Amino acid sequence: MKLLVCISKTPDTTSKISFTPDGSKFNDAGIAFIMNPYDEWYALVRACELVEKNVGTVTLINVGGADNDQIIRKGLAIGATDAVRVDAEPKSALFIAKQIAEHAKSQNYDLIFCGKESIDYNGSEVGAMVAEFLDLPFVSYASKLEVNGGTSTVERDIEGGVETLEVSGPFVVSAAKGLAEQRIPNMMGIMKAKSKPFTVVAPVAFPDLAVPVSYTLPKEKTGVKLVSPDNMEELVRLLHEEAKVI
Amino acid sequence: MVLVFAEAIKGQFKKAAFEAVTYGAQTAQLLGSQCVALTLGDVQNAGQLGVYGANKVLNINGAAFENFDSQVFASAIAQATEKLGATVVVLSHTSTGKSLLGRLAARLNAGSVAGAKSLPDVSGGGFKVTKGVYSGKAIATYEISSPIKLISLAGNEIPLKATGNEVAVETLEVSAPASKVKVLSVKRQEGIVPLPEATTVVSAGRGMKGPENWGIVEDLAKVMGATTACSRPVADADWRPHHEHVGQTGVAIRPNLYIAIGISGAIQHLAGVNQSKVIVVINKDPEAPFFKAADYGVVGDLFEVVPKLTAAMEKFKAA
Ligand SMILES: Cc1cc2nc3c(=O)[nH]c(=O)nc-3n(C[C@H](O)[C@H](O)[C@H](O)COP(=O)(O)OP(=O)(O)OC[C@H]3O[C@@H](n4cnc5c(N)ncnc54)[C@H](O)[C@@H]3O)c2cc1C
Ligand SMILES: Nc1ncnc2c1ncn2[C@@H]1O[C@H](COP(=O)(O)O)[C@@H](O)[C@H]1O
Repeated sequence: MKLLVCISKTPDTTSKISFTPDGSKFNDAGIAFIMNPYDEWYALVRACELVEKNVGTVTLINVGGADNDQIIRKGLAIGATDAVRVDAEPKSALFIAKQIAEHAKSQNYDLIFCGKESIDYNGSEVGAMVAEFLDLPFVSYASKLEVNGGTSTVERDIEGGVETLEVSGPFVVSAAKGLAEQRIPNMMGIMKAKSKPFTVVAPVAFPDLAVPVSYTLPKEKTGVKLVSPDNMEELVRLLHEEAKVI
Repeated sequence: MVLVFAEAIKGQFKKAAFEAVTYGAQTAQLLGSQCVALTLGDVQNAGQLGVYGANKVLNINGAAFENFDSQVFASAIAQATEKLGATVVVLSHTSTGKSLLGRLAARLNAGSVAGAKSLPDVSGGGFKVTKGVYSGKAIATYEISSPIKLISLAGNEIPLKATGNEVAVETLEVSAPASKVKVLSVKRQEGIVPLPEATTVVSAGRGMKGPENWGIVEDLAKVMGATTACSRPVADADWRPHHEHVGQTGVAIRPNLYIAIGISGAIQHLAGVNQSKVIVVINKDPEAPFFKAADYGVVGDLFEVVPKLTAAMEKFKAA
């Protein structure tokens, strides 16, 4: 089995988000970066489990600068076999997907994993784009995945329910909660990661067709209005007359 | 021309489809152009999309569209886009729309904005759209520079506008690729509004002490016609089903009203609910961080407060 896992770098979930004074760029001063939780906890771990059960390799791919090496090393410590970093600033989803597809097109991967979304841009876009570039099926929000020879069974989360699918041949899958359990890399994994193959490749030229040009912070709440626990009629009145939500 | 893919579940439109058409019609107006709605497969009352401003409704039918496969659906929408010469394509930011948007972008070589919150700003010949980023902690303005622009519209952002009339449905022919995906089963909870579509959500956390106490939460939700949700530790402990888990790692929601009961308001929880229009927090600890993100707060014991709120709601509904 030959598997590819797309990993991205995102600010830690507890980060306080701010921007440069002119609102044009994310302010990364004091921000701790992590591997996108969906990529790490679910996509990567499930890929590792599949290879452990059968045989094969798990390749990591990331599009980003040298400051991403730390999360790639973590991925190797968790259990990936080798890694590729496409050395480019990831400015738009389509650019990122093009780079991943360019790498994957000659590799004949059995499965390509990504996370259900990156927790910074929340686009849920890259996986579907990679699938289209490679003319493969795409199954999003997988919460369960079993592979039997050339066919896979996947459960995916849909609005208010679950859909069970059977896919034949290679496909791209996006990982949601439930697909696997988070793994903490151990000392041996961390040591082994140091000698695993890790290549850096140049990007192919591709335009950025949609990019963020400015950022704002949402309006702060003006302050909570406290209602006495003994006067729920007043809360109902406020929700009806003031907030107009009931 | 603005093309809107109006998605249907088992042949029926959801609110998301009407919102997308409303958005498409308003975008067409900004551009001085027309709005065409596209439906795929067997869809009932497709003509009603005219009511929300579609100048024309098209249907592509065939067995290929009976179940959802992003490869087959995207191929059909892309062919329609090219046949009609559409310059803007609007989808809903649902599990279906999200798997189509990226495919269409790659196929049509088009820039996309996933989860748009506003109508495009087309001043000066540009095309700018805002969306939530960093799990709702910020808003970004995106500029799309390609000839075709793709947008998936976030739910509950655009008020529905019934401005038009039913229109006749025309059919369109495209070639559908063979699907490599077979749907074995679809399980949906019947009779409740799924969380991503819910306009009122009643949610509870570890303050509930145990699953046996959820009756008071369900009673409140029932009176309000709300959908129930929970915090992550509650789902992790199997007190509640996983699909109820909201937050950074669960479902992200944006209802009009979110009532949080016995939830502390951790940043990862807020990430999934901070785009709710109005937030009510019930917590016995006045220092709970959730109060900072709330519009209305009740400091008190949930086991006393929630039944009182349910009673007050009942009285209000009966009046
Ligand atoms: C990477 C990461 C991702 C995460 N993703 C999510 C996520 O998606 N969703 C999520 O919810 N969490 C998530 N978490 C967990 C999050 O950090 C919190 O631990 C969690 O939200 C706390 O749940 P809680 O508020 O139900 O419980 P607690 O924090 O234990 O809060 C319980 C609250 O109930 C109140 N209370 C107790 N008894 C009563 C009473 N009788 N009456 C009234 N109030 C009472 C307490 O004062 C307290 O504020 C994530 C954490 C990490 C690290
Ligand atoms: N720069 C990147 N390098 C590699 N994979 C990425 C990158 N950005 C996003 N991805 C993958 O695409 C998924 C969806 O990201 P997004 O479309 O940004 O929500 C992520 O969970 C990753 O698996």
